[in-house]
Amino acid sequence: MPAGWSALPPTGPPVTAWRNDQGRRPKVMPARAPRPRFSLLRFAPHLTVALLIVPVLAGLAGTILPAFGLTNGEGAAAFRALADWPGLWRAVHLSVITGAVSTLVSLGITLGIVAALLGSRVFGVIQHLLSPLLAVPHAAAALGLAFLIAPSGWVARALSPWATGWQNPPDLLILNDPGGWALIVGLIAKEVPFLLLMTLAALPQTDATRRLMSATSLGYGRVWGFVLTVLPGLYRQLRLPVYAVLTYAMTTVDMAAILGPSLPPTLSVQITQWMMEPSLTMRSTAAAGAVVQLLAVVGVLLAWHGTERVAKAALIAVAGRGWRMAGADAPARLTAIAVGSVLAGLLFAGLAGLALWSVAGLWPFPDALPHQISLQTWARAAPDLAATGGATLAIAALATALSLIIVLACLEAEHRFDLHPKARALWLLYVPLLVPQIAFLPGLQMLNLWIAAPGLALWAVALAHVVFVLPYVFLSLGGPYRQWDARQALIGAALGASPARVFWCLRLPMLMPAVLTATALGLSVSVAQYLPTLLIGGGRIETLTTQAVALSSGGNRRIIGAYGLLQMLGPAAGFALAIALPRLIYANRRGMRQASL
Amino acid sequence: MTQTGLDLRDLRVTHLGTQIAALNTRIAPAEVLVVMGPSGSGKSTLLSAIIGSLPAGFGVSGQIVLNGRDVSHLPTARRRIGILFQDDVLFAHLSVGQNLGFGLPADAGNKAQRREIIDQALADADLAGFANRDPATLSGGQRARAALLRTLLAQPAALLLDEPFSRLDLGLRHHIRQFVLDRARSHRLPVILVTHDPGDAEAAGGRIIGPDGSAL
Amino acid sequence: MNRREFGQVSVSAMVLGLLGGKALAGDWQAVLAEAAGQTVYWHAWGGDTKINDFIAWVGAEAKARHGVMIEHVKLASTADAVARVLAEQEAGLTSGGAVDMIWINGENFAAMKSQGLLHGPFADGLPNWPLVDVVGKPAVVTDFTLPTEAYESPWAMAQLVFEYDSARLAAAPPKTLVALVDWIKANPGRFTYPQPPDYLGTTFLKQALYGVMANPSVLQSPVSEASYATDTAPLWAMLDDIHPSLWRKAAAFPANEPALGQLLADGETDISFAFNPGRASAEIAAGNLPDTMRTFVLDGGTIGNASFVAIPFNAAHRAGALVVANLLLDPAVQARAQDPGVLGFQTVLNMAALGPQDRARFNGLALGVATLSPADLGPVLLEPHASWMERIAADWTARYGVAQ
Repeated sequence: MPAGWSALPPTGPPVTAWRNDQGRRPKVMPARAPRPRFSLLRFAPHLTVALLIVPVLAGLAGTILPAFGLTNGEGAAAFRALADWPGLWRAVHLSVITGAVSTLVSLGITLGIVAALLGSRVFGVIQHLLSPLLAVPHAAAALGLAFLIAPSGWVARALSPWATGWQNPPDLLILNDPGGWALIVGLIAKEVPFLLLMTLAALPQTDATRRLMSATSLGYGRVWGFVLTVLPGLYRQLRLPVYAVLTYAMTTVDMAAILGPSLPPTLSVQITQWMMEPSLTMRSTAAAGAVVQLLAVVGVLLAWHGTERVAKAALIAVAGRGWRMAGADAPARLTAIAVGSVLAGLLFAGLAGLALWSVAGLWPFPDALPHQISLQTWARAAPDLAATGGATLAIAALATALSLIIVLACLEAEHRFDLHPKARALWLLYVPLLVPQIAFLPGLQMLNLWIAAPGLALWAVALAHVVFVLPYVFLSLGGPYRQWDARQALIGAALGASPARVFWCLRLPMLMPAVLTATALGLSVSVAQYLPTLLIGGGRIETLTTQAVALSSGGNRRIIGAYGLLQMLGPAAGFALAIALPRLIYANRRGMRQASL
Repeated sequence: MTQTGLDLRDLRVTHLGTQIAALNTRIAPAEVLVVMGPSGSGKSTLLSAIIGSLPAGFGVSGQIVLNGRDVSHLPTARRRIGILFQDDVLFAHLSVGQNLGFGLPADAGNKAQRREIIDQALADADLAGFANRDPATLSGGQRARAALLRTLLAQPAALLLDEPFSRLDLGLRHHIRQFVLDRARSHRLPVILVTHDPGDAEAAGGRIIGPDGSAL
Repeated sequence: MNRREFGQVSVSAMVLGLLGGKALAGDWQAVLAEAAGQTVYWHAWGGDTKINDFIAWVGAEAKARHGVMIEHVKLASTADAVARVLAEQEAGLTSGGAVDMIWINGENFAAMKSQGLLHGPFADGLPNWPLVDVVGKPAVVTDFTLPTEAYESPWAMAQLVFEYDSARLAAAPPKTLVALVDWIKANPGRFTYPQPPDYLGTTFLKQALYGVMANPSVLQSPVSEASYATDTAPLWAMLDDIHPSLWRKAAAFPANEPALGQLLADGETDISFAFNPGRASAEIAAGNLPDTMRTFVLDGGTIGNASFVAIPFNAAHRAGALVVANLLLDPAVQARAQDPGVLGFQTVLNMAALGPQDRARFNGLALGVATLSPADLGPVLLEPHASWMERIAADWTARYGVAQ
């Protein structure tokens, strides 16, 4: 899952709504003056595109130019230094394997769950679990998983010594394994909820229920019928989210630093380490590494795209064979429920582990529970936690508020000036999610040098967060905004209301549930950002996430638990409010309730 | 302002060069002009043109003159033309009273006076005591009446009806239709009623034309 | 630089230039006056809560005594701060830099000093400097064989000690390198070291070098290309020998000192080590280790050094940083750092130079059950030249850091 995704409403925005959906619009078009006045609002879409694209391009230039020695005249020295690093091939290999395997498995699990369980009661339960699962920042999820599966972790403790005979933690290489499998598991646990959400958002436009019904009425098994009739249309809508997942999985720094191998680490982690080294040469080596990382991502994306075509041809070939595969349904159903429960269990148990360690006194192996509960960790860290939590919240609030204003302006401009974004526009939204952070953020790092005052640094970090928060806010809000019945605006106008009044008194209040969900989502995306905070903040801005990752190397589980837990609590509270507030405010408005979560 | 009604002077709507609708007529105060035709024949497009909400890609020529005032180039909010749809489209986040209040002009009085106007309007429509109700709890007929009240409180100078009764069941349809047309006539509003229900046309009891302006 | 900035810089430079030699009372008053109200961004490794708490306590002291606020910028690696100052220098930022003070030593200090990234000399101008034990603890003015020349000011002494749980270890702990190697091979999976280039991990390699080299005195000079391979061959042989018997069979290593300590606390290892003779006692006091933990040193001594603070050339709050550096040498602050319940760091001060009241602060400290007395700590081996650390860390990475 790309940096810090969280939830869209389960009813979901059709991702393709951004594509030309003229055919679906209500017959009557929005009220609009025949000669629209000149208006700043009109340029909101341009501003949005600039905000998303300019930092990425500038950052890429700032990374690529030094890599080729174009800024210091050293030519290919950076690439020679990179080639001299003996771990290069292995690090690239790790990035490719962890990224591709975790994405492939996540996609498989997601589609399996949807195919086997769509429309069942279990599916409803899954939908309810999505928001809390998505609200967990990557670093917290990784830390929780590490606490769980380490040889001295909770799983081993729960089974020891009665089942395993272990009096000491076994000498097993589970975490930070050289093959990156712990990282792959962590990525899968975090990507499946994201892909599930995107699938839920796309399903309404695939006519899944009717297609599935006609397939099963022809004697096809549910799962196989899904693959043959729903998947092709569904995958077209999932393609961009899948690419974003692939990019993220190949280039994550925080999750890989916590769960991934260290002999050598993945390429992105190594690049980040080089960025932080004191000597100049390592900076350009890092830039060269970032170029290699970018090429690796592009290569894997192209290979993935090629595989899509092969898979499509194979599917078409197989579809004609008439195999019904009805017998596969029951096992598929059980597998889907089992795998889904294990993943959700890993995340929740990991978080419970974080919480328990944060209040643990002495807790030696192999005890399953601490000897005593103590608030000492929280009490000691309270001032730090408060300050860091405050900064985290301030940045998240700024970034989300800015994103929300821009997105609303953009959507309102679309409505008032009758603009129709094309398919290309969706790609633009995804640019910051498809270009690896590690490839363009180093190029932006020079910016922070001119920002001396800490107050400005906070703004700079918040602005950097906007680049990643805005796409999610847009994706989350765009669907509900465009699906809103434009006749209500027309009626408002016919009743004499100005466009501004229609916006503030009709559209915004009616879309409040969606706006709140987008807000919670924006906050959670911002809270989860690691690299942008680290590189743009230049060490002066500490958030719960940078702290949690910095502390993770130290192994003090109690304080890591406190930071990890707090990191998760903010977004969780946001989502809880996004669900509760509309219910509270519109308790007496039944017509508003279908619209909320 | 003189009450001369709604004057459509050589109004023509085109899409990509094709004529969708054309009308050259005057609807007098309290007159109901019925525009009939199958779906897709351009009836709703015609209403969009009159109210000023045509999507991009449509061309419009001619003049829309309301009580002697050319509104062709005004935004919807300043045309003073009310519209009712087949779904009554009450704003779901507002109470029935607040819905009516949304239509009431800002200069209609202070809070208490506004409240009084709304209560009176509701009482006149057999909806007394409904001001604080959630619109979602109203029956179809009640919602249709509330929607009309809201439109009339905005003091329009003309009324457009876009198949407003087609969703109502037969018994109710007759009653509501009579209610709407009576109110429109008593306000002396020029009315354009777009429908494909011959019952509507009959009840209106006036001229019946197609979207191309031809008499039916 | 515009005219106004230039004016500010030159006034500061005049005030601070006077501090180059011995401080005059009046100069220090000017520094105190300039420092009042400043916020010092102290970039210090933030991976240990006890150290973080101590820095927070120093911040409260600085505010109460001098009106100077301390903002602890917690680093995952000290190199982060060095990189930042370097980048600022490249960008031409000669004042108003983001880093006011860095907890530093060794290669980071050598790198910053050689590239002109440090303000100084300043340390010998601090009012508390006469209390520092320059004669008895030469490491306070010699950082990895590099004379500090007052470009950094010491604040704590540290020495490598080994830790073990007396309840878990059957026999007496191995007190020579050879005995340690034998123990590791006899107890597979129960020992490891942090992954170089981590500081403590590399220190373990240097300690091993002292034990395996025929003539360890060459460590005090820069690496000689001619003899490097021969000099270090026994080290790699020893590592090749013990790696299969290390924790996780050397397929993974803990990241740093706290991670190594956590392995001991979790019972994943039986013998551990730390660059702080008081760490074990402090961890016992904090309830993170059982009170059966003990420490020991190798016969012939272990590596020791000092921790310093340095001030970047372009620090925005130089006066505040000077005040904090001086405060760190205050006997009350030093005594608190040495308290095993707080940090358990060794003081850099000369007991003989203290007044009776200040001396009592140190004498009153209980060492803690696991801490060796100064006599039992044995001789302190000097840090090798910084080039050794860089070289063996890089070599280690090439040999073991990219395992297949």
